Amino acid sequence: MEMSAPLFKFGLFGEEASLVVAFAIGIGFGFFLERAGFGSARKLVAQFYLTDLAVFKVMFTAIVTAMLGVTYLAWAGVLDLSLVYLVPTYWGAQVVGGLLLGAGFVIGGYCPGTSLAAVATGRIDGLAYALGIVVGTVTFAGLFPWLGGLYLAGSAGTKTLPEVLNLPYGLVVFGVVLMALGGFKGAEWVEARFGGGGEKERP
Amino acid sequence: MATTIPDAVRSPAREATHVVAAQPYLNPYLAGIGLGLVLLAAFLTMGRGLGASGAFSAAVAWALNAVAPGYVARNEFLAPYVGDVATHPLKTWLVFEVMGVFAGALLSGLLAGRVRRTIEKGPRVSNASRLALAVAGGALMAVGAHLARGCTSGQALTGGALLNAGSWAFMMCVFGGAYAVAWLFRGQWR
Repeated sequence: MEMSAPLFKFGLFGEEASLVVAFAIGIGFGFFLERAGFGSARKLVAQFYLTDLAVFKVMFTAIVTAMLGVTYLAWAGVLDLSLVYLVPTYWGAQVVGGLLLGAGFVIGGYCPGTSLAAVATGRIDGLAYALGIVVGTVTFAGLFPWLGGLYLAGSAGTKTLPEVLNLPYGLVVFGVVLMALGGFKGAEWVEARFGGGGEKERP
Repeated sequence: MATTIPDAVRSPAREATHVVAAQPYLNPYLAGIGLGLVLLAAFLTMGRGLGASGAFSAAVAWALNAVAPGYVARNEFLAPYVGDVATHPLKTWLVFEVMGVFAGALLSGLLAGRVRRTIEKGPRVSNASRLALAVAGGALMAVGAHLARGCTSGQALTGGALLNAGSWAFMMCVFGGAYAVAWLFRGQWR
């Protein structure tokens, strides 16, 4: 098959049409977030009290599914992986950002995407959380002149795990699949031990 | 007289006060496959992944630009979201994707009878405390997401699937940060 994806990068549709694609992809994203129960803060944070590990299971199933699809289609010559955007790595900024985001997850009950699913399904706390994101964004912008050092900390350019570990791409893919499968088995064990119904009950 | 309700009738779904009984959530592995295929579709069509926090940045930059354009123009974080005057700041891929997220979640919620005006919290916390903590958590997460250049969608999911090194470090730290404070905030949820 001839290399033709990403379709947008090969000029198969333009800017205006890309916004329609954005809306359609968003619908799929929101639909499965809600299906998974991620419009509910109690369901989400149960991950961190070990009673319901759906966050881990859904996230890693999604990562493995998309990763295998990308790897296969790139190998088959359909997808040009070099045209898929990678966020540059800034070790320091992403480590600190991740820790803050994780704390915000437990304190607020959502992340930005799931808060939208919460608002859409009537959760008032989701609306409060979205308001918090606006407050945090204004604050971050205000502090930005002083955060420059941290924002750029550990700059490493675009870096993939295979590059960092100096291992073949396929081997890292295989490793992630094994890790996910082990994680799923562990998650089922943890739920059986600490679950006790809790968030597993009906919404 | 007969006021005892048989156990079979007293299911949580029956106790909820809406017409359609709420359906249980989808199996997490099936939901994950669905989400993964949506992410794959984004890679194949656009050459980019999913996102959420960036749309908030665009919206905030647009709103602030309406009241204080000078401030936005001088702010190195906000200025790129406003960019040139030729295109509207909200006419971007992420903003349209996020509108879709809202519509998709609403659709799924309606089909499953899960749309309900409520506050998600544990039994021992007041509504006011829960809402205050939701605002605080949202603010903290926004700062983290902007520092990391993405949130759970743009970094963890998208970068995770692309084996992006910084995204994996970020994802481990999200779980680390969350587990680190979980005990401290258990009163809100347990």
